[in-house]
Amino acid sequence: MLLSVVANRVAMALLTLAGVAVIVFILLRVVPGDPVAMMISPGAGPADIAALKAHYGLDASIPVQFWIWIKGVVTGDFGTSITLHLPVTEVLASRLPATLELAFLALLVAVVLGGAIAVAGTLMRRTFGETIIDSLNSIMLAVPDFIWALALVLLFAVAIPILPLTGRIDPDLAEGFTTRFYLIESILTGRFAVAGDILSHMIMPTLALALPLAAVIVRLLKQSLKEAMLQDYVLLARIKGFRELRLVLQEALRNAVGPTLALTGVQFTFLIGGTVIVERIFAYPGIGNLAIDAVINRDFPLIQGLVLLFGLIFILVNIGTDLTVAALNPRLRHA
Amino acid sequence: MSAPRLAVETLSAISLRDGNKPVLRRVSLTVGTGEVHGLVGESGAGKSTIAKAILGIIPSQVRITGGRIDFEGTDLLSLSSRGLRAVLGRDIALIPQDPLTALNPARRIDAQMTDGLRLKRGLSAKEARLRAHALLEEVQIRDPKRVLASYPHQLSGGMRQRVLIAAAFGLEPKLVIADEPTTALDVTVQKQILRLIRALQERHGTSVLFVSHDLGVVAKICDRVTVLYMGKVVEQGATAEVLTTPHHAYTKALLAANPRYDRPDTGLEPTPPEVISALRAEISAFDVSLLESRDV
Amino acid sequence: MEHWSPTSTTSSAPAEPKPPSTARRLLGDPKVVVAGGFILLLIVLAVFAPLIAPQDPLAQNLLAATLPPIGFPDAEAGFLLGTDGLGRDVLSRVIFGARISLTVAFVAAGLACLIGSLLGLLAGFLRGWVDALISRLVDVWMAFPPVLLSILLVAILGTGVHSVIAAIVVIDWTRFCRVVRTETMGQAQMDYVVAARTIGFSRRAILFREILPNVMPVLIALLTLEMGIAVVVEAILSFVGLSVSSDTPTWGGMIAEGRQIVHEAWWVLGAPLAALFATVVAFNQLGDGLARSLDPVLRR
Repeated sequence: MLLSVVANRVAMALLTLAGVAVIVFILLRVVPGDPVAMMISPGAGPADIAALKAHYGLDASIPVQFWIWIKGVVTGDFGTSITLHLPVTEVLASRLPATLELAFLALLVAVVLGGAIAVAGTLMRRTFGETIIDSLNSIMLAVPDFIWALALVLLFAVAIPILPLTGRIDPDLAEGFTTRFYLIESILTGRFAVAGDILSHMIMPTLALALPLAAVIVRLLKQSLKEAMLQDYVLLARIKGFRELRLVLQEALRNAVGPTLALTGVQFTFLIGGTVIVERIFAYPGIGNLAIDAVINRDFPLIQGLVLLFGLIFILVNIGTDLTVAALNPRLRHA
Repeated sequence: MSAPRLAVETLSAISLRDGNKPVLRRVSLTVGTGEVHGLVGESGAGKSTIAKAILGIIPSQVRITGGRIDFEGTDLLSLSSRGLRAVLGRDIALIPQDPLTALNPARRIDAQMTDGLRLKRGLSAKEARLRAHALLEEVQIRDPKRVLASYPHQLSGGMRQRVLIAAAFGLEPKLVIADEPTTALDVTVQKQILRLIRALQERHGTSVLFVSHDLGVVAKICDRVTVLYMGKVVEQGATAEVLTTPHHAYTKALLAANPRYDRPDTGLEPTPPEVISALRAEISAFDVSLLESRDV
Repeated sequence: MEHWSPTSTTSSAPAEPKPPSTARRLLGDPKVVVAGGFILLLIVLAVFAPLIAPQDPLAQNLLAATLPPIGFPDAEAGFLLGTDGLGRDVLSRVIFGARISLTVAFVAAGLACLIGSLLGLLAGFLRGWVDALISRLVDVWMAFPPVLLSILLVAILGTGVHSVIAAIVVIDWTRFCRVVRTETMGQAQMDYVVAARTIGFSRRAILFREILPNVMPVLIALLTLEMGIAVVVEAILSFVGLSVSSDTPTWGGMIAEGRQIVHEAWWVLGAPLAALFATVVAFNQLGDGLARSLDPVLRR
């Protein structure tokens, strides 16, 4: 039964992805902004422009262009980036790991931070402490990652200059890696000094992305926890002599996470969308930063590849969330 | 005679929400070692309040205004929350009323049975699991292994209550409070559960405070009984005596209102209104006497 | 917006005190008052910017470049919040920047609300293929990363306030559509709608005269939130360089410049960031307060 649900979702996802691809394709070609004109050197004649256009297949009609592109996509060829002169797949593959590391680290931080504050707020329920948490959280819910990123820049680069402002890793340390997952690889191979350097670069963009999500988690999880703490089974556990913190973690938490988990999944897709601007602010070499340049320079193949990639990530995250929520509910598992 | 395990001494309480209306009026009762003591009264009589006071979980709108609850020499009301936590689960346990809501739907039965054992009796995970298995056998569950691996929603109501009973007695407490343990169950299952509680109690030598609104149920397993009306004790004594020769009119009315399986010729009779008004008068007089004694 | 209840001629219960009017309820909520007050102040600043701003926001003075705010050494009177790399007064630029931000906020959020709500009302009320179509559209739409889409759209449409507004509307109408659709579906099942149908009101009349007023509270709160979001999107777009031309001061543009010279002149980043922060929080809290005081259910 679960399998059919997943299969249905996958089918819907592919359809959505196809729709997205078509829309972007058409949009790019229908509106003004000629990528070739942007990369042509001054003094080039019309023959050169025409040759360049033909080289990138931009002289054919739109349906033909689409057909050529689709054929390529199916075989794994997403075309060549106009600005970087490299295959799109290669460009995406080289930049994706950085963004994945950033996004998942941010997710981890958000969950741990948000979870801890939610638990603290539950332990402090009906006291002034909870009121403070609620007020602060209310403001934090309003602040987007863009503002956090810049505030962090002001704080940790100017006021307390302890963190590097840009990039992902000290250039001197950026060798000897087999994958592009620098953080994971450096930890797994025991190069902790390198990992530390990478983390110092990642702290600010991670926090900028994590804090809005953490605020959302705090609000929903705390409410769910408080409701769960009113249940009879918590009372019985209290009568068994367990301490309050133990009650929250052992009895209430697993009954409270469901809605929070579902919402976190949705919000995680927003977080990934947020990497576009956060990476830019910190000059972090991921696909978000790449996307801005691609759009400004009208790099069609790259833009198309990026949009598909983002769309795919969103869909995978959504499916993953649904599966996790279903797996966690014992009643659904045995249904 | 040895000192009783539990001695509630002139316990009084008021409800802050209802304009300080008295909820308990100088209630006193004792439960001896190995004794099953029934606490009977209709809804709102205050029996749950007494149970909650013993367990330290009175709701915030109820305030205790006097008396003490002596348990093995300690006044439970004077304990700090940490002190109370030490007693609960080790020396005092609860069999709750509703087996459906009392079990955590997201945790397996073995986890819910072993956590108390591990915390309070210092058993290892393995020892606790073996003990839980043995406990389930004691409450006559046929397939303990399957039940331990189950979630609450996979078990019937009767089975859940057996699990809760096993868990309560399994902690080897000195006192078990049974809060209307058969109310949420089918009539056919009720008798088995009562027999089970009695058997376990005898085997482990536990004292039991059996809270119920049903005098018939109480009659079956309680050694002594306290009858409560509007927070005041109106009758107290050995079950056999109270049932055959009740002194108070309310007790008589309760008995008359109860269908007895062994006396099918008695019909259901509601409490006569003159008994109720007499009771009310008695209570008011009691309250007045309380006030006067305070002024003096 | 009044709750539809039958009048009883034989009621014996004493009449309840008349509930306070909407205006009084709103004014009684601290969030609404403080946040709303701030927004009003901002509007005043924006409208009367030429009169209020101490300096000309475009006037460059390379001799007075990167002066710190008052209170720091080397500050100069007349430049309360210091100057940027070209000697322009930061405070004046922030005040003028509010013009763009607020214009975008009101127009973009308003349009997104209009379009999204209309589609949401239709989808939630008519159901059937209309709902299916609109819902499918929303799903596809929401598969795009919003920031990427907005940048894409503005890059395509060209720079300028109109394209920023268009980009925001195109992206965020889905937010209104979803919420309004859910609310409408919920309302449509309520007794008063069924009653109206049996009496014979046309569907359009029911939609606009019965359902819409009850969807209003949620809508207004959402609209206010959306304004906050629009302000941020505009800032992001001007940060990336895709908003209005670089002459007109925008908070995002100032932030971009400030980011470049953050080590030398942190106030160029700090001032517009603070303004942005305050504005976003104000819209958010206003929306919160409005939701609470307008929604009869949330009010407790």
